[in-house]
Amino acid sequence: MAEPLLRVDNLVRRFGGIVATDHVCLDVSKGEIHAIIGPNGAGKTTLISQLTGHLAPHAGRIFLGGRDISHFPAYKRSALGLARSFQITSLLTDFTAADNVALAAQAHDGRHSFRFFANARKEKTLRDAARAALERVGLGHRADVLVSKLSHGEQRELELAVALATKPQLLLLDEPMAGLGVTESQRMVKLLNELRKEVSIVLVEHDMEAVFALADRISVLVYGRIIASGRPDEIRQNEEVKRAYLGDQHVVVGHG
Amino acid sequence: MKSQLNVSTLVAVLVVAGLVLLPVYSNLTGNIFILTLFTRIVILALAAVSLNLIMGYGGMMSFGHAAYLGIGGYAVGILAQEGIGSGWAQFAVAIAVSALYALVIGALSLRTRGVYFIMITLAFAQMAYYVASGLARYGGDDGLTVYKRSDFGGLINLGNRVQFYYLCLFCLLAVVVLIWRIVNSRFGLVLQGLRSNEQRMQAIGFPSKRYKLACFVIAGMLCGLSGALLANNTDFVSPAVMYWTRSGDLMVMVILGGMGTLMGPVVGSVVFLVLEEVLSQLTEYWALIMGPLLLLIVLFGRGGIMGMLGRLNRG
Repeated sequence: MAEPLLRVDNLVRRFGGIVATDHVCLDVSKGEIHAIIGPNGAGKTTLISQLTGHLAPHAGRIFLGGRDISHFPAYKRSALGLARSFQITSLLTDFTAADNVALAAQAHDGRHSFRFFANARKEKTLRDAARAALERVGLGHRADVLVSKLSHGEQRELELAVALATKPQLLLLDEPMAGLGVTESQRMVKLLNELRKEVSIVLVEHDMEAVFALADRISVLVYGRIIASGRPDEIRQNEEVKRAYLGDQHVVVGHG
Repeated sequence: MKSQLNVSTLVAVLVVAGLVLLPVYSNLTGNIFILTLFTRIVILALAAVSLNLIMGYGGMMSFGHAAYLGIGGYAVGILAQEGIGSGWAQFAVAIAVSALYALVIGALSLRTRGVYFIMITLAFAQMAYYVASGLARYGGDDGLTVYKRSDFGGLINLGNRVQFYYLCLFCLLAVVVLIWRIVNSRFGLVLQGLRSNEQRMQAIGFPSKRYKLACFVIAGMLCGLSGALLANNTDFVSPAVMYWTRSGDLMVMVILGGMGTLMGPVVGSVVFLVLEEVLSQLTEYWALIMGPLLLLIVLFGRGGIMGMLGRLNRG
């Protein structure tokens, strides 16, 4: 089998006595949407933060395209094609939507940013890239609005546009549907479904309907351990998963 | 919206016009004192503008900025005493040593953040203060008299009050323009992005530390220039220019005028230093009036004077 795009090998992260990431192994192939589900406090965000380099693991290794990136800082991982959206919206709130995306494009257009004189807001390639990414997520008409004036749903979409503007190979989406209404969620699912052709996705999400609609594979994380990993129908049948997590979720039962 | 007169822009233009015309007024009325006062104001405004790049646009609360005033000043004073009178050499050394100091201090300080960053920048500036106090050959505690101002050949005579004033004003305005360009450049957007959300900037691929360090160095160089001018203005340099209260004054000027605004620090310096001058003539206890006054502006005028003017504009 070919080397998977992302390979996580026995990752461990402790907080004091609590093992938040307990020997996690994970593979994500090219073109796959791999969902990670689990109850609150299972360590999903902790795992994502280690993948992006915002948190250092205590043991284990992370490979991207066969390359060991376990000790790379966040910006280097971004340069290699790893992008994330944040669970709690994390944008530059005193900038416009277009500025947010243009900065992401600026970080990845191959030219450094030690340029002190030319007006960056007038660089056409950056603005075009920003507009394209905004159009992509349906925010084209809100380009010049300050982030702090955008609705929560729009901010979630902007998170995605920013990630896309870094031209990623792998998107790590930390609860992209969090706080979205029904129609907004549906739009997001549709959007992610389109994106799967271009980019691999690790999807952390509580919205089970979305997860089962999108995921090629699902890993279930409980108390920092992956207790099951497989195709959606396998996960749905798995007794341990049912007991630990899915048992009381009528959405899933209804879906099956 | 655009056709509406912008109050803060108007004030900025008036301040610049006033500064440009000041020597004319001084000449007409024969008031030499006001020219002396404003030469000092313009020089310290330059220092405040440079600090604003770190504090206002970079979001880093540096509490040791006066160190560069001393470095710039001592570069002029020491070289003059050692017989190197060339202004080009003196100013180049002032700026280069400031850059070097900023590079070292910045690389160390930027490992910390928040209140620790404030404390470590303060500590380094105090260290510079004590080093200067120990320079026995160059006056130590008592400071160093600059017997001859920097020599720029036939280009400009720093001994001439009006010429010197215009040199300082030119430097100030040039630096304001420079910062205006920087703020809107690629570098400037990264800098302001880091102020807003450093984690996000790292996640989209920016190595945050080297941009902050570059900002620190640029600001240090500009303040070193201010220090070189200051030593020429007072014909004297002493460790006192580096004392922490001076760093505090610079911070107050920036906050008073409006952090992260282009002209805020200039307006803040003018208001701060004129108030200090006027109040200190009224009473010996001028600080008792000045303190509460500044407190009121900072408490109720979010964004300083420029911030208040901006709100006026919006009605």
